[in-house]
Amino acid sequence: MKFGVIVFPGSNCDDDMVYVLNTLMGYQVRKLWHKETDLQGCDFLILPGGFSYGDYLRSGAIARFSPIMQSVVRHAEQGGKVLGICNGFQILTEAGLLEGALLKNNNQKYICKNVFLAATQADRLKPYAIPIAHGDGRYYADNDTLKQLQDNEQILFQYCDAEGNINVDANPNGSLLNIAGICSKNKNVIGMMPHPERASDPYTGNTDGKTLLQKLIEI
Amino acid sequence: MNLLETAQQLGLNPEEYQKIKEFLGREPNFTELSAYSVMWSEHCSYKNSIFWLKTLPKDSERMLAKAGEENAGVVDIGNGWGCAFKIESHNHPSALEPYQGAATGVGGINRDIFTMGARPIAQMNTLRFGDIKHPRTQYLMRGVVKGIGDYGNAFGVPTVGGEVFFDSCYQTNPLVNAFSAGIVEKHKIARAIAIGKDNPVFIVGSSTGKDGIHGAAFASKDLTEDSIKDLPAVQVGDPFQEKLLLEATLEIIAQDLIIGIQDMGAAGIICSTSEMSAKGKAGMDIDLDLVPLRQPNMLAWEILLSESQERMLVVGKKGLEKEITEIFKKWDLNCVQIGKVTDSTQLRFYQHGELVAELPADSLVLGGGAPIYEREYREPAYFKTLQKFDIQQISEPQEDAYSTIAQFLLTHENICSKKWVYEQYDSMVGTANLSTNKPADAAVVLVKPLDKALVMSVDCNGRYVYANPEIGAMIAVCEAARNVVCAGGEPVAITNNLNFGNPYNPEVYWQFVGSIKGIKQACEKLKTPVTGGNVSFYNQSSSVNKAGGDVSNAVFPTPTIGMLGIMDNLAWQTTLNFQKTGDKIYLLGKTHNDIASSEYLYSYCQVKESPAPYFDIEEELLLQNTLKKAIQGGKILSAHDVSEGGLFIALAESAMAGRVGFKINTSKQIRKDAYLFGESQSRAIVSIKAEQTAEWELFLQQEGCTYEYLGEVIENNFIVDEQWLMTVQEAQHLYQNALEKHLTQ
Repeated sequence: MKFGVIVFPGSNCDDDMVYVLNTLMGYQVRKLWHKETDLQGCDFLILPGGFSYGDYLRSGAIARFSPIMQSVVRHAEQGGKVLGICNGFQILTEAGLLEGALLKNNNQKYICKNVFLAATQADRLKPYAIPIAHGDGRYYADNDTLKQLQDNEQILFQYCDAEGNINVDANPNGSLLNIAGICSKNKNVIGMMPHPERASDPYTGNTDGKTLLQKLIEI
Repeated sequence: MNLLETAQQLGLNPEEYQKIKEFLGREPNFTELSAYSVMWSEHCSYKNSIFWLKTLPKDSERMLAKAGEENAGVVDIGNGWGCAFKIESHNHPSALEPYQGAATGVGGINRDIFTMGARPIAQMNTLRFGDIKHPRTQYLMRGVVKGIGDYGNAFGVPTVGGEVFFDSCYQTNPLVNAFSAGIVEKHKIARAIAIGKDNPVFIVGSSTGKDGIHGAAFASKDLTEDSIKDLPAVQVGDPFQEKLLLEATLEIIAQDLIIGIQDMGAAGIICSTSEMSAKGKAGMDIDLDLVPLRQPNMLAWEILLSESQERMLVVGKKGLEKEITEIFKKWDLNCVQIGKVTDSTQLRFYQHGELVAELPADSLVLGGGAPIYEREYREPAYFKTLQKFDIQQISEPQEDAYSTIAQFLLTHENICSKKWVYEQYDSMVGTANLSTNKPADAAVVLVKPLDKALVMSVDCNGRYVYANPEIGAMIAVCEAARNVVCAGGEPVAITNNLNFGNPYNPEVYWQFVGSIKGIKQACEKLKTPVTGGNVSFYNQSSSVNKAGGDVSNAVFPTPTIGMLGIMDNLAWQTTLNFQKTGDKIYLLGKTHNDIASSEYLYSYCQVKESPAPYFDIEEELLLQNTLKKAIQGGKILSAHDVSEGGLFIALAESAMAGRVGFKINTSKQIRKDAYLFGESQSRAIVSIKAEQTAEWELFLQQEGCTYEYLGEVIENNFIVDEQWLMTVQEAQHLYQNALEKHLTQ
């Protein structure tokens, strides 16, 4: 499998993604510049974290109009794999590839810390410890959409405590249903606010993110 | 108004005006006068500090760029790589407009790093605010923290450490010092120089507007009620532009397309053109009509002095103009050739086809024509008063008071967790922060190409420096080094940010001179040269009607030290947390019957007048060398330095980080309050495996290091002399939530 990491001018987790996928996991990775439209034969596209175009208007609002995004949308519509992390998740909702929206955190502040994630579909045995780092991460959707996400098992990750309990105290940003990550109906487009790539290098003392990424790649 | 009066209004004195006339051989025009006024301000010329700064040690085998040579010092970290690092203040802008003031401080320091060709990989900051209960303090703090966060987070470099300290002396004048460190391959280090006749001069990055005009001059005077009129002197930041500028800058440097590059910070175009030309003993012809502007009809002096952010001056290699322009186009940034290098040593600025200013480049800059003053200094009366303090004046607390004092200190704003602050900063982007899951006294950041780490700490207790500038400054250097050592690093060099009051006040200047002497002694002893930094005077409110104001209106003298260390072997990384029950806890270093300048004495006992805590540089050196040997020999499980709040707080922090308790006994020779809460220096607590006790003590005896066996790690409870104080959960709750509580009460 060949990975493509989309680089917007304000992306700042693009190199981290390449480092984890290539150096730590041994995959072939290409960087894809926002002004291009050629996906260079990549099968799995990643929209990394950052501040795509400065995000002064609304996170991800401008990025969806970039040339590369037209190719990303086509790739997704043809069933190709797309993973958006943090700002990438915001862009995917702005582009209409994922449902719902990411609003300002309910404490009105940027939050960077380790949180725990319950993987709703896969193994629920042990929560993953993964960092978040965002100002606009509060997942919101209307009730019908939420129900549909639940019915179709589109909710991939929920914020939980160290024991795996999904409750208000474990919700860092006010996301509805503690949602941290979802996928499209066809499961080929995935968006998540937490940063698995930041919990992948053994030197950091936490490799839960690498385990999680591997699972997402294998879905 | 005659020109001399204009000069004085711009902050130049009559002697300086005379000097300008001599350099030019004629009367200056207004544009030229404005240029001198900013270039000869303290901020750019260091005219009141350079005499003493030159006494600081700046040499070691590792120096690739020494203090004053370039935009930032560069240290050899081995394997063909260097580390560029520096600290800089944005105190005055932050006092007026905390959000933009702090944000542009972050932007400025990072530009100093990447203009060297280095990619920033870690940032830190040190903040000082007034009384935390004061609404203005809370307004400033929220603004400053959000400003640092919004800029640094978008820029994409992790904020990995820092410190926050509150005292009413910082009420009018908060301190905002930003640190950045970057890495660069030795052969790609860029220089801030202009040479080679006809080489093209470009302005790149953002357009130039009217923001920040006279910012450097504004930062070179006291804050008064009228300072609010200086609001246009505060710049506005755009981290997205900075991110683009970073990538484009590193590309032109890596592709070897340029001769030199300098960031446009203080004093904008006039500063970068004059400093680069003076260094290359060259001149420049610049056409101001070509500078991309944000608004029409800007006057020549406005364009020259504008401090609009996210701009650089680039001297390209002739013939490679197209290649340079293409790279900036890729990043959607301005890149306009505004002139060329000449062999004249004169700076000539043209507007609308006319020569509007002609200045000898060298006459404007530090090391050239800028004035140098040896200021008068005098020991202030308060100094002798502080020395009269005797511990006997403080009655020893009752046995049952210790739990109350412990709670008081754990929740004190200067000691409690700064989580409320640092969680607003992206601390993990770059996936190189090795401290996130392994807490330590210093930040540990992986240098990915080398499998080594940088170990960094910023420190200064201004209260100690106020009590004794020489000792206090030595402590600041040594504590920063001790933190680096405890985390497993080898301290190699420092950058300093010297925050003081008005240098024209001899008593303030005495604090400055004493601090320099202290930094010099400590740096020579530790073999950590000074690679550069920043001087910020005038951190003083001038409600007193006399030249230079009163020393009591100045902030505590606060020479912040940013210490850089290297960890050559990642196995040396050492955390501060206790690990498991049964491990033995030792105190290294000697405890004295001393509570001077401690948070306990100052805040709990409410005694504000006492000397600096006990300090001996030889004991410090021995402690650090012993710790290094112990860590590199794999002898210890954890290490944590004893600092603010004393031994008890150090134990509590190690226990909380490990979610365990401790059981220790105090010494009969020393007052219990001094033993637990005193801040006598050069001490650290370490934990070791129980079965290694004998071997460990033998090692310490061989090293000649003073030590005490304190007790052991237990489950849950904090127990001192058989007395139960609290559980680790209670301590956590108090310590973690205190700052937010202070801010919402």
